[in-house]
Amino acid sequence: MARKFTLKKTAADKGVAGVEVVDVTGATDAELMSISKERTLSLNLLEMKKIARYFKNKKRNPTDVELETLAQTWSEHCKHKVFNGIIHYTENGESELIDNLFKQTIVGATKEIRRKLGRNDWCVSVFSDNAGVVEFDDDFHFVFKVETHNHPSALDPYGGANTGIGGVIRDPLGTGLGATPVFNNNVFCFARPDFPHEDLPRGILHPKRILKGVVAGVRDYGNRMGIPTINGSLHFDDRYLGNPIVYCGTGGLLPVDRVVKRPRKGDHIVAVGGRTGRDGIHGATFSSVELDDKSEVTSSGAVQIGNAIVEKKALDVILQARELKLYDCITDCGAGGFSSAVGEMGERIGTEVNLEKAPLKYGGLLPWEILLSEAQERMVLSVPPRNLKTFMKLCEREDVEATVIGRFTGSKRFVVKYNRKIIADIDMSFLHGGVPRYPRPAVWDAPDHPEPTFACPKNLTNRLIKVLGTFNVASKEWVVRQYDHEVQAGSVLKPLVGAQDDGPGDAAVVTPVLGSKRGLAVSNGIAIRYGDIDPYWMAASAIDEAMRNAVAVGGNPARTCILDNFVWGNPDKPDRLGDLVRASRACYDIAVEYGTPFISGKDSFNNEFAVDGKTIAIPPTLLISAAARVNDVRKCVSMDFKEAGDAIFVVGETFDELGGSQYYQSRGFIGNNVPKVDPKKAKKIFRAMYGAITGGLVRACHDCSDGGLAVAVAEMAFAGGLGAMVDTQKIPGANKIDRMDNLLFSESNTRFVVEVGKGKETKFRERFKGLPCKKVGVVEEGDMLIIGAPDADPAIKASIGKLKKAWKEPLAL
Amino acid sequence: MRIGRKTTTGKPKALVLRVAGINCDRETKHAFEIAGAAADLVHINQIARGEKNMKDYHILAVPGGFSYGDDISAGKVLANELSLKIADQVDAFVAEGKLVIGICNGFQVLVKAGLLPGFDAAGGASGTGAQSLTVFDNDSGKFECRWVHLKMPADSPCVFTKGMTEIITLPVAHGEGKLIFDSKETRRRLWDNNQVVYQYTDAAGETGGYPINPNGSEDHIAGICNATGRVFGLMPHPERFVVPTQHPRWTRGEAGRKGDGIAIFENAVRFAKKELLPTGAIHNIHY
Repeated sequence: MARKFTLKKTAADKGVAGVEVVDVTGATDAELMSISKERTLSLNLLEMKKIARYFKNKKRNPTDVELETLAQTWSEHCKHKVFNGIIHYTENGESELIDNLFKQTIVGATKEIRRKLGRNDWCVSVFSDNAGVVEFDDDFHFVFKVETHNHPSALDPYGGANTGIGGVIRDPLGTGLGATPVFNNNVFCFARPDFPHEDLPRGILHPKRILKGVVAGVRDYGNRMGIPTINGSLHFDDRYLGNPIVYCGTGGLLPVDRVVKRPRKGDHIVAVGGRTGRDGIHGATFSSVELDDKSEVTSSGAVQIGNAIVEKKALDVILQARELKLYDCITDCGAGGFSSAVGEMGERIGTEVNLEKAPLKYGGLLPWEILLSEAQERMVLSVPPRNLKTFMKLCEREDVEATVIGRFTGSKRFVVKYNRKIIADIDMSFLHGGVPRYPRPAVWDAPDHPEPTFACPKNLTNRLIKVLGTFNVASKEWVVRQYDHEVQAGSVLKPLVGAQDDGPGDAAVVTPVLGSKRGLAVSNGIAIRYGDIDPYWMAASAIDEAMRNAVAVGGNPARTCILDNFVWGNPDKPDRLGDLVRASRACYDIAVEYGTPFISGKDSFNNEFAVDGKTIAIPPTLLISAAARVNDVRKCVSMDFKEAGDAIFVVGETFDELGGSQYYQSRGFIGNNVPKVDPKKAKKIFRAMYGAITGGLVRACHDCSDGGLAVAVAEMAFAGGLGAMVDTQKIPGANKIDRMDNLLFSESNTRFVVEVGKGKETKFRERFKGLPCKKVGVVEEGDMLIIGAPDADPAIKASIGKLKKAWKEPLAL
Repeated sequence: MRIGRKTTTGKPKALVLRVAGINCDRETKHAFEIAGAAADLVHINQIARGEKNMKDYHILAVPGGFSYGDDISAGKVLANELSLKIADQVDAFVAEGKLVIGICNGFQVLVKAGLLPGFDAAGGASGTGAQSLTVFDNDSGKFECRWVHLKMPADSPCVFTKGMTEIITLPVAHGEGKLIFDSKETRRRLWDNNQVVYQYTDAAGETGGYPINPNGSEDHIAGICNATGRVFGLMPHPERFVVPTQHPRWTRGEAGRKGDGIAIFENAVRFAKKELLPTGAIHNIHY
């Protein structure tokens, strides 16, 4: 199909060495599909035919450069075709047509929230730039983006994660006219690290090796960049065996007068930073296919090779050039390399790239490889001719390579030349607007899991120890310590807190402006197992968790922005897509009620691994990242108990909601009573808690999540080095729950355990008038945690030392 | 980040050195500023090309980070630049009795450039030269970020820590922080001269194993100065504890009124005002 022949005049110009013309205009359907497959274009027949028709009208065939450019630009990774597409959705037998799920739910929620805020809208730029932008203070806006780098990390954990963090740092840097990165966060999902070696399928790396490689990759890049890694989490489920999930995020500060970016006709296209190489070819399309046991051989070239110092140098230069106003526009070279960076920047104006000018790591790259390479550490800037000399001099002084590779033309065409010969010439409108939409079927039916049959154990101490020692609940200190969370000197609440600096903080707080008291509380929420019961409540719970983590430290719930990161299976399978519909709808419902706009996000599909005729699919996984504004960080609180004699309150009601809980999982069950969210009540609780914390009424606050109340109280006790006594009958909701284990391990949403100091109890209660809030116990001198009903043997009685040991040991790798 | 920021007269001037991979430059500059200095971020190429002159400054700070990626070994490339590329200016700076502080990566640089331990400093030849110590991989084998306690073992001549006899707490964040001597002789001289400025201890001031000593450093050494006390290097980061809310347990009331690290910068500024500013006291070191 891909015959080599000299380009006819109609194809642009004379033939160019290394450029192939691909016959699509005369190809049959089967031939079109094999072109797509052979070149890893990841385009389906409909898309291939649309391309064939376009070139038929042009009376020529495309060059491989054009075909590859279209494939990258139209990739799922870049265009989010599934989320933006048409879905035939059937839920419990009832069908409907959804035209653009993304617009209806994620974007829709933000639109509705902004409409309600009216003149008080604090969103600045959402879903339009490389990262979302919201107001922060008089001088700076806050910029936030979280990405995934799953497929590369499956093949090369270190390199994949390394370039995952490297890539997301360039997003805020490529937002507006360049934001200064102020923190990183990351969340990983792996199969359990003690997975039996003998059961490991062919072509898959052991999860412990992946874990260690990923942590090292993120560590080495993030630390070298001088960006503190302040928040994250680790989750374990064996369905991540073939497809680990690596979420990396970066927050930044953008000067308020550097939001608007627009390249002007005549501006130079300048590539800054790393050189172009053969690493990272086909990353965008590669991420849109399922992995199998041959991927390591066939697709390793899609993994980039990172070099943090090259990126750090580019960052330093760009921030200086930003202050000097030397450029009009900036974007990062991510998926699709130059083709998408230049293509997106010049979407409304037109570009001409002289590909032979691009500095290469080594010779021998074909023109399409230069255009498409996703080699790291490259930024593309639009520099007006009058500033070029100053800009180049600045780069030269800092040992940063900068090269003019073309111009913004005003022709509204995407033109690429190689040694003055045209090798690609596509209308911008077709490149960016030509991708066809087509309907996909989606279905969701409520599953019915067997309910647990075991009786409530009399003594729950050992159950608590077991839950504390599960990989999901256990201490992540081994990971956290390897990240520099102090660099930039803005740290207020660290990831680990308490008397021994080892308790699990709910959210990290930083002051990104040196000398200022204004901060950001950064948190995340993820509720993987609930999706096995209902992705709707999984998504609702993830938002609630992110929110309560931020609120627990003193973040303002009315100034909290969130990001969505959907990592899903194959969207051509209707059940996977049905899960997406359920989850997205919860995102809309809960976000609108909470008033937390989505400002950016990302989706990653096809996280499935095929081996021996079987498929390992990840569970649908939605990460919600949150950042809440903190007006005065001196009001923040940490989760560790502070002083014996203080009152312990529980805020929020406990229901019989053990479905998908850590407790059920530790007993081998899923169940069906998934935790739900009452968003109206939750919003009131968040607001009251924010008032109580900023009003100085709270000494410690911890949210209840994995492992429920028992785990939350235990963590507060051993983090503070203090004992505690809790009367279970006082817990809000206790009267409706007949089993002690259910009461203590239920994972109901919107709950907090709070330490209130002497003399503050009445005022604290007043804040929660009409809301579930009760004093349940007292912080005690000594080291015993005692939880139970007053007239019976305690259900839990253990020394905090023993509990802490159980919690700290499992992941001390 | 600003280039060529104007400095205020009457204040000591600190040069905060930048090269590829240095990443604690802004907070180091900030610490000097709140301590009363005027501070500039200066790229090493600006010095090498004569665009900036070290003569115009009273304090040189080599901040933390991963200079040149710490390829080869931590700080080695930048150390070579100090002792080869801009050796004249660096040596003159030290010879004039001006102040030098190296923090974390900067400490590694000073050691590998031979500026520390600087035994002969009092005698004259005090600049860059042969290396007699090194800072090596942590015993734990990995990069670690944690808070440590530091105690001054004896009254050292270090001008940066003058009067700081109490136990202080600061964060460390490094993968190569283990100080190793080349010989018993070096070790003896360092102790005899009271050039050990800080040791890692627990909160009560007792030395101990990991993690009290976070990297396995010999004699638990966290920071040292040269014989004149004007060149100081340490692995922990004083610039990261200049306000109480940076303390890991400030929510437990353990932070005190101000950060433990700021005194190091204030001492430098006070000394520079007194000894190095033209209007101040007479230079007491002449060569």
